[in-house]
Amino acid sequence: MTAEQPLLKVSNLSRFYGGRIGCLDVSFDLWPGEVLAIVGESGSGKTTLLNCVSSRLQAQAGRVEYRMRDGRLRALSDMGEAERRFLMRTDWGFVHQNPADGLRMTVSAGANVGERLMAVGARHYGHIRETAVDWLQRVEINTDRVDDPPRAFSGGMRQRLQIARNLVTAPRLVFMDEPTGGLDVSVQARLLDLLRGLVSDLGLAVILVTHDLAVARLLSHRMMVMKDGRVIEAGLTDRVLDDPREPYTQLLVSSILQV
Amino acid sequence: MSTPLVVSEVRKSFTMHLRGGLVLPVVDNVSFSLKAGECAVLGGPSGVGKSSILKMLYGNYAIDAGQILIEHAGGFVDLATASPRAVIDIRRATLGYVSQFLRTLPRVAAIDVVAEPLIARGEAAETARDKAAELLSRLNLPEALWRLPPATFSGGEQQRVNIARGFITDHRILLLDEPTASLDAVNRAVVVEMIEARKQAGTALLGIFHDDDVRARVADRIIDVSAFSARKDAAA
Repeated sequence: MTAEQPLLKVSNLSRFYGGRIGCLDVSFDLWPGEVLAIVGESGSGKTTLLNCVSSRLQAQAGRVEYRMRDGRLRALSDMGEAERRFLMRTDWGFVHQNPADGLRMTVSAGANVGERLMAVGARHYGHIRETAVDWLQRVEINTDRVDDPPRAFSGGMRQRLQIARNLVTAPRLVFMDEPTGGLDVSVQARLLDLLRGLVSDLGLAVILVTHDLAVARLLSHRMMVMKDGRVIEAGLTDRVLDDPREPYTQLLVSSILQV
Repeated sequence: MSTPLVVSEVRKSFTMHLRGGLVLPVVDNVSFSLKAGECAVLGGPSGVGKSSILKMLYGNYAIDAGQILIEHAGGFVDLATASPRAVIDIRRATLGYVSQFLRTLPRVAAIDVVAEPLIARGEAAETARDKAAELLSRLNLPEALWRLPPATFSGGEQQRVNIARGFITDHRILLLDEPTASLDAVNRAVVVEMIEARKQAGTALLGIFHDDDVRARVADRIIDVSAFSARKDAAA
């Protein structure tokens, strides 16, 4: 094993909504290139956890630390707002279930991708456009659509554009909230295959929230199962799915429809 | 001669929480070791726990007790207590597995399914694909199929993709779950030759073979799983 260190350290993270638990006392490490799936049914706290880790939502207890590009581990709570925002725009990505939440629907596809590049200081128009076109090709969007707004795109194309927009700055950590939710099965298969290829080619670390165990099996190395805001089972994805230990995990796995 | 796999006193049961906590014992006190360059075959009637043992050794099943020691990266690692990250590293570098059924991925071509484990070990995509092509042609998979995703292939064609994927790397330990079950005689003979070549190269192999002829040709010894079966106690 290499002397690599974790990219992200989450310790005892909790978030409450009034008296109700959002997520409770969650701890895990994430390593470079590792894909971690968070599964559970609606209301189990997986999106709350994702939002707390990605600092889109304030946790009430616990700590999130991230290894910066200079190798230092920094607590996100010690960073200023501007520094945190810069991190989110450059070294992190966030793929929303609904592409409209992650895209600007009224500007062109090319501008959606170019905008993230400008956030890291790119100014040369020709270069930005060239990179944007290159990324549209990587996510299998025809380059003659570069000037069209995402509003004119199908659901699957919008999702692929959102992925391009996130990956153009070469982030090291990407958060995904049900990235294939709400898509037709054939569109979903294409997107899964694309994501799988990009994640391994780019060596991305990913935290993937999904209620779809087949998606988790295909994309993730490791899995955490959540129920009522708590992580009730965690381990190698194959192990959790082939030999679930907890009653609730057994229920989830036994509920998968066979085709 | 080195011993890259040592299994000692392994116990496994399933607790079925949806069936009122019913406990199904599978095996108990499983102990054996595997030497470099030998092929051991798990024997015993169906349902005795042979496939379960392979799944435990690959980390798909957790175990209740015991150790599964694997020689990896210059030392021994206990797979039973290793972190998920360590298990993935062991699978990438040391421990290979040819499962009975291919888990197909949408849109990924057969040749890329085969090349993937080699690319994961840092081999250039082009070299890995060349080697994949060589294996697929040795296993007589028609070239017209190489660029297609294996989802629509016949059982025997999928199995040959699976075998090629398992044999493309030089993992020191290789687990084989009925790799010849849906193959014709010609391809069974190819697989037997491939197993023999791996033995010569010093790989430790552990397999399940229901075909008597194949088993007789590859097995250096039979490990009788009935001796470990916990199910007879459950029935008593």
